[in-house]
Amino acid sequence: MATLNLVQAINLALQQEMQKDDRVIVLGEDVGPNGGVFRVTEGLHAQFGDDRVIDTPLAESGIIGTAIGMAMNDLRPVPEIQFEGFLGPAYDQIVNHAARSRSRSRGAITVPLTIRVPVGGGIHAPELHSDSPEAIYAHSPGIKVVMPTTPYDAKGLLISAIRDPDPVIFFEPKRVYRSFREEVPEDEYTIPIGEAKIVSEGDDLTVVTWGASLFQCIEALDNAPDDVSIELIDLRTIDPFDMDMIAESVEKTGRCVVVHEAAMTCGLGAEISSRVQERCFLHLEAPVQRVTGFDTLMPYYKLENEYLVNAKRVGQAIEEALAY
Amino acid sequence: MPQSATASTGNSKPRLSDELSNDRLLEWLRSMQLIREFETRTMQAYQQAKIGGFCHIYSGQEACAVGTIGSVNHDDPVVLAYRDHGHALARGMDPKACMAEMFGKLEGCAKGKGGSMHMFDKPNWLFGGHGIVGAQTPLGAGLAFAARYEWEVMNKGGKKVALCYLGDGAIDQGAFFEALNLAALYSIPVIYIIENNGYSMGTAIHRHSANSENLLARGEAFGIKSVKIDGLDILNVYDQFKPLVDECRDLQRPAFVDFKTYRYQGHSMSDPQKYRTKEEVDQFKEKDSIANLLGHLMNERDAINEDSWKAMRKEIQEEVREAVQFAENATDPDIEELYTDVYANPQPNLSPTAEYKHGAKNPLL
Repeated sequence: MATLNLVQAINLALQQEMQKDDRVIVLGEDVGPNGGVFRVTEGLHAQFGDDRVIDTPLAESGIIGTAIGMAMNDLRPVPEIQFEGFLGPAYDQIVNHAARSRSRSRGAITVPLTIRVPVGGGIHAPELHSDSPEAIYAHSPGIKVVMPTTPYDAKGLLISAIRDPDPVIFFEPKRVYRSFREEVPEDEYTIPIGEAKIVSEGDDLTVVTWGASLFQCIEALDNAPDDVSIELIDLRTIDPFDMDMIAESVEKTGRCVVVHEAAMTCGLGAEISSRVQERCFLHLEAPVQRVTGFDTLMPYYKLENEYLVNAKRVGQAIEEALAY
Repeated sequence: MPQSATASTGNSKPRLSDELSNDRLLEWLRSMQLIREFETRTMQAYQQAKIGGFCHIYSGQEACAVGTIGSVNHDDPVVLAYRDHGHALARGMDPKACMAEMFGKLEGCAKGKGGSMHMFDKPNWLFGGHGIVGAQTPLGAGLAFAARYEWEVMNKGGKKVALCYLGDGAIDQGAFFEALNLAALYSIPVIYIIENNGYSMGTAIHRHSANSENLLARGEAFGIKSVKIDGLDILNVYDQFKPLVDECRDLQRPAFVDFKTYRYQGHSMSDPQKYRTKEEVDQFKEKDSIANLLGHLMNERDAINEDSWKAMRKEIQEEVREAVQFAENATDPDIEELYTDVYANPQPNLSPTAEYKHGAKNPLL
């Protein structure tokens, strides 16, 4: 089994799905010979040629709109948007068309589209290149939102996303792209959209997170006192998220800390916190804590680490929840 | 075609439309009159509050939908803006399904979920009306791209051409420029038909679009073949549009059409129409496309007379009356419809009635 980083795992999934189904095509800004801004599509153009790996103009509304038309007419396009901030110009197409065509056509005309988007901060880039807008799209019915963190999960989830009959936004935490490797099977496998993962089991407190913050949470767990047993959940899918797994865990532990990089107000942490109190109220020993980005714009790199979630802040929230 | 010699009269030059049979033209006449009658009854139903939301009437522009759709194959994809009832009918949608859709009934083409602006009909290769101005234009490029890809890369089926309709208001949208660039860059067989009725809602074209006298320059700027068509005479539409379709299909490349037309009603049902005079509307009504074709069929082809025209109109009235009746009697959607067809498979938390409820596991509830 090969040891791959996130970029390589995603590349492998794309390559295998393209090989398997000639309806799968890749398009985006410089995704061709250049291999994309983060080199995720490297080698695909050489293997599959101009017909199936398509360099586009810098025109996100046009890219996504065209991809929607392709998907409506039976292709399985996988457009890449270079940075999550560039989803802005395509927002209309995603939310007003991709997400709604199934409903408008009583299920006859669907949009099997997977939009790949690098997401989040931590690479010394400014705002628009470091944002975490997952909750915006989770709030839009008709589209699914996925954010795998590890190479293994990314491969399995991307294959699921490409084969999914509905549109999926596939967020790739760019901070993790080359910072972590693990064994990834060569053979194809899928991970169902909507299933979270227990990274480590515990009895005293549940930490729920996703994206690059997973690694800060692991660090916080490592720093926690030995007599505290913490359950760590990687959500993997943002919408529909695995509330059953969270509820089951919190009913066991009685305490919950939600950690995400995105700003706090109306972030997914608010939704999870609300659902936990709805479903686990009598099991709770402490208020649900949130550790998130601040309600400011993502700062430029000098202040980047002040904004991003770190193990210390996660550790404090864990301490407070335990001491309540 | 045997009729070509007899159909053209006097000193006029032979036209492509001379080759169209009387039957075909009678079918077009019927189709245009069906749209006109359908829209009249739609307005009534809207005024009786049987149709919800917003409603955009196509009367006056019939020669565009019927003439252009009549120039392509049934499996050529079509995508529309929101003034879409006429195209849906021209494409073969049952008037009952179209009317029931506007009434919000289950038997509508989209289970009454889309309403007036979202006519979808997959068996008729109709990929929907779309409510965001200009946003359907990249979709048209994508539909045509997929069609070309199937033919060229997957060796499946023949050459197709997609029709993407937009109004003159949509030409100012950024998405349209992106779509034109992509269509030209990749040589995508999509024909952008600007149904230029002279108004972007209530703003005249010279007040909403720069260089509006020369819209063709916009297509030509991208190296796209661009044609201006007088859209009030359906024979002329065919004469000019059919060769364009053949060329786009054959060479697998896009085209841009400035299609001059006129709408008799307001932008939507709630338009006070302060931006134009009644005289202006009447001027265009004198050049009415249905009257035009009828005159041709009566006087130059002897294919219809007053009696048979009256009979045709009566039959259409009856058909549309039945459609309204059908829509009246059709089924109101069940509350379960709130969460069908949102995703292929039901997701948690879609339904107020299905098994998932907020707090369902809370022992206090």
